[in-house]
Amino acid sequence: MEEKMAAHEQVVNKAREAFLSGKTRDVEFRRKQLKALKRMYEENETAFCTALAKDLNKPRQESVLLELNLLKDDLTHILSRLDDWTQPEKTPPNLVTIFDKPVIYHDPFGVVLIIGAWNYPVQLSLLPLSGAIAAGNCVIIKPSEVSPATAEIIADLIPKYLDNECFHVFPGGIPETTELLKQRFDYIFYTGSTQVGKIVREAANKHLTPTTLELGGKSPVFIDDTVDMDIAVRRILWGKCINVGQTCIAPDYVLCSKGVQLRFVEKAQEVLKEWYSNDPSSSPDLCRIVSDKHFDRLAEYLNDGRAVVGGDVNKEDKWISPTILVDVSPKSKVMSEEIFGPILPIVNVDSPYDAIRFINEREKPLTLYIFSEQKSVQKLLLSCTTSGSCCVNDTVVHLSVHDLPFGGVGNSGMGAYHGKASYDSFTHRKSCLIRNYNKIADFIGKKRYPPYSEKNTKFLSKMLQEHSFPSLKYLPYLITFGLGVASVFAVQEIAKAVGADED
Amino acid sequence: MVVVERAREAYASGRTRSLEFRRHQLMQLRKMYTDNSNTLLKALVSDLRKPMQEAMAMEVNEVLQDTTYILNRLDKWVKRQAVSSPIPFDKSYIYSEPYGVVLVMGSWNYPLHITMIPFAGALAAGNVVIIKPSEVSPATSSVLAKLIPQYLDEECYQVVCGGVSETTQLLQQRFDYIFYTGSTAVGKIVRDAANRFLTPTTLELGGKSPCYIDHTVDMDLAVRRVLWGKLINLGQTCIAPDYVLCSEDVQEQFVKKAKAALHEWYGDDPQKSPDLARIVSERHVKRLESYLECGTVAVGGRCDRSDLWVEPTLLVDVAKDSAIMQEEIFGPILPFINVKTHAEAIAFINKRSERPLALYVFSREEEVMEAFVQQVSCGGITLNDTIFHFGNKELPFGGVGGSGMGSYHGRYTFDTFTHKKACLARTYNPIIEKVLRARFPPYTEGKMKVMTSHRDRGEGRGLLHHLALLTTHLLALALGALLYYHLYMD
Repeated sequence: MEEKMAAHEQVVNKAREAFLSGKTRDVEFRRKQLKALKRMYEENETAFCTALAKDLNKPRQESVLLELNLLKDDLTHILSRLDDWTQPEKTPPNLVTIFDKPVIYHDPFGVVLIIGAWNYPVQLSLLPLSGAIAAGNCVIIKPSEVSPATAEIIADLIPKYLDNECFHVFPGGIPETTELLKQRFDYIFYTGSTQVGKIVREAANKHLTPTTLELGGKSPVFIDDTVDMDIAVRRILWGKCINVGQTCIAPDYVLCSKGVQLRFVEKAQEVLKEWYSNDPSSSPDLCRIVSDKHFDRLAEYLNDGRAVVGGDVNKEDKWISPTILVDVSPKSKVMSEEIFGPILPIVNVDSPYDAIRFINEREKPLTLYIFSEQKSVQKLLLSCTTSGSCCVNDTVVHLSVHDLPFGGVGNSGMGAYHGKASYDSFTHRKSCLIRNYNKIADFIGKKRYPPYSEKNTKFLSKMLQEHSFPSLKYLPYLITFGLGVASVFAVQEIAKAVGADED
Repeated sequence: MVVVERAREAYASGRTRSLEFRRHQLMQLRKMYTDNSNTLLKALVSDLRKPMQEAMAMEVNEVLQDTTYILNRLDKWVKRQAVSSPIPFDKSYIYSEPYGVVLVMGSWNYPLHITMIPFAGALAAGNVVIIKPSEVSPATSSVLAKLIPQYLDEECYQVVCGGVSETTQLLQQRFDYIFYTGSTAVGKIVRDAANRFLTPTTLELGGKSPCYIDHTVDMDLAVRRVLWGKLINLGQTCIAPDYVLCSEDVQEQFVKKAKAALHEWYGDDPQKSPDLARIVSERHVKRLESYLECGTVAVGGRCDRSDLWVEPTLLVDVAKDSAIMQEEIFGPILPFINVKTHAEAIAFINKRSERPLALYVFSREEEVMEAFVQQVSCGGITLNDTIFHFGNKELPFGGVGGSGMGSYHGRYTFDTFTHKKACLARTYNPIIEKVLRARFPPYTEGKMKVMTSHRDRGEGRGLLHHLALLTTHLLALALGALLYYHLYMD
């Protein structure tokens, strides 16, 4: 234990020294690391897929599409914009700062800790990494011990592709993580449960370390009768069945009328048969529950309603079939905890207003799903509830839109990432006002000094007064417009002059 | 707690979601300031014997301007932001949603400004707000407690006055956001309490803000700018220049010029000048007195506990590890630490355990300014002056590490108090659906190829974006040309 403890301090010290050396400040260095990271995914696809299959029985299609491709595309997005993003931001000029230069610089925080989760063990440990690197930080990655094969391959590959002093993988379980969290980090990015999120933030608070917490909750799905039920059912079941429901933004439960429920269940039976045949446990396209503990938890939920589809379990295989539960009480266990499995309970509501009331009585979800073709219903649900994010007429795919920040609110988390939001999470924006010794500017500035007088105060207040100036944003276009005018004028004059010569 | 329950009910009523409601409240707030500026001034002066002009310029005028700034822009800020969607016919938006019930905890040194600027932003963002002004500035707190219910919606915006026990009780309640300004020690306590409910926080804390001066500057201007930053509110400003790093030569020049400047500003006996505030309490006077032992007094050095008075003081021959160099001074004592080069200064700053809230660099050399900006992590910087970055509404103001987390001012206040909700709206378009069906089981290599080739690789902005920009410019050019031709050449 003595030796292991030293290892925690060691790894953080190493990362801190690497950060202080300044090498991650260089944008070219960051670019090189990001390119190497991309190659890591490209060159080791099979190895990653094998590890994911071992940990979760994840089918190759899911490993490639929902883990590796997302990681590669995120890197492409970042690499093509890195130069833009790392530029200091200029702010619009105004009357007061006419002699000054206000700029916002981007500083990395320093040593960042990323704690990954087991359900998308590659994506959730390494997607934040690209943002952290892009922002110039040194990083320690703590992959989840609940997905050990993936943790091992990450620990094996990262040192082969990335700078060994700046980027470290520190695998381990609860005791190792607890010790690691006692160290001082400059930013902590955690993905996982609400409960552990609180523990992480509490530990972070000893050093006033800012955090992004990507947590969970029950993501509701509201469906009304205006939808194309065939497409809607497929999209919802897909969101529920990938990773056999172990997705933080899986549609957790359905809110709909009895009529919609009947049509939904009928379609679902059809679709599930089409996808997984009559014996879904033999389909190669479904994962398994990650552990016995989670299996037991899920098996118990089956007592909270009537299974109109599925309901089959196999403890040895950690198998639970895609299940739809009806006649579920809102107070039951399956309706109180995040399901994180292939069980979809349906709760009946008579109207979108009832759905809104139901949702608002609970903790704020990570995502809200609205299946309706009526713009008024979409708008109503969007504006009367709050959630980390929202997707209308589909599930899960919103996380692949680079420009949409992905994160929770309330119990479902704080902070966001993906695309630029990743870069922003790991960047401290340092404001800088550049003044000079310009005597004219100082003429105004001098009025602030004692001895104070009402006259000076009034003068300064007038200078600093908020005016409604037209935005200078369109100035370039006005100039081009002016150039257009000027060019015709010039041509005309030249023509005249030439004509005059000829006369 | 009744106050929080009332706030929650008010939020649930939905009225703060309306833009019109918020605008009306902001206009009422502005009216509150204009109708009661004298009352507010009196209270500010009473709490800290703040000079009338400082109270006017840095508190009353500031909060008034802020409401105008917000009102001029709120319509734009509340709009949802459209972002690009990879799949045709999809629409992606980012909505700015209020968090709900917000707690704003003020501080005593600029009791109006520091409490009300976050408050106005939280209001503008659509939250209901509970304000807990500092009990260490009781006159201002009680004026706020009296006036706010007279002008604003009484249930949506409440003021809770009180000391440590009331604050502790308040912090046991559940809030959706907590904004705290004050000391690092209490900041940790606030965040711990917030963590019970996973409440996000912005903490505006403090620290020792270093001030580096080299010999290339216009010393007359530099000395006045540093002294001004140090002496407003008698040094009780979170971004006051805490200590100076300079060579012995610069120190000599500075002290000489400072003597002249101080005399010009405050006369022979600064204690008699109406333009200097007072220290907030005797405890702090004692603390500041003890710092005088950490070096040699070059200017000033007199204290008067009964008047809560500490004279503007320059302290030289200060040991790097002395008491005055351990804590944030928060008073009118300016210690000097001698360094030979700017690199030495940077190393000194970076070796310290906490990152400063502000950094000041006085130099005319690009290389020197650049070195500090690149190598020192801090909340914010003003080059060749002090305090000013705080006043620029386009610059986010906040700390990093021990000096805090989060930022505000201008639009950043609104952003602090809104949750950015991402929304993707898809359609049932059959053509698109045909392609995207490839994501459904049974999985095949063929389907995977389709999904792989149709994904958004994120290359985006390159050629198309620049082409679009060029086209708009060409159109403007053409329009100008066409118009002129039509008007003058026919």
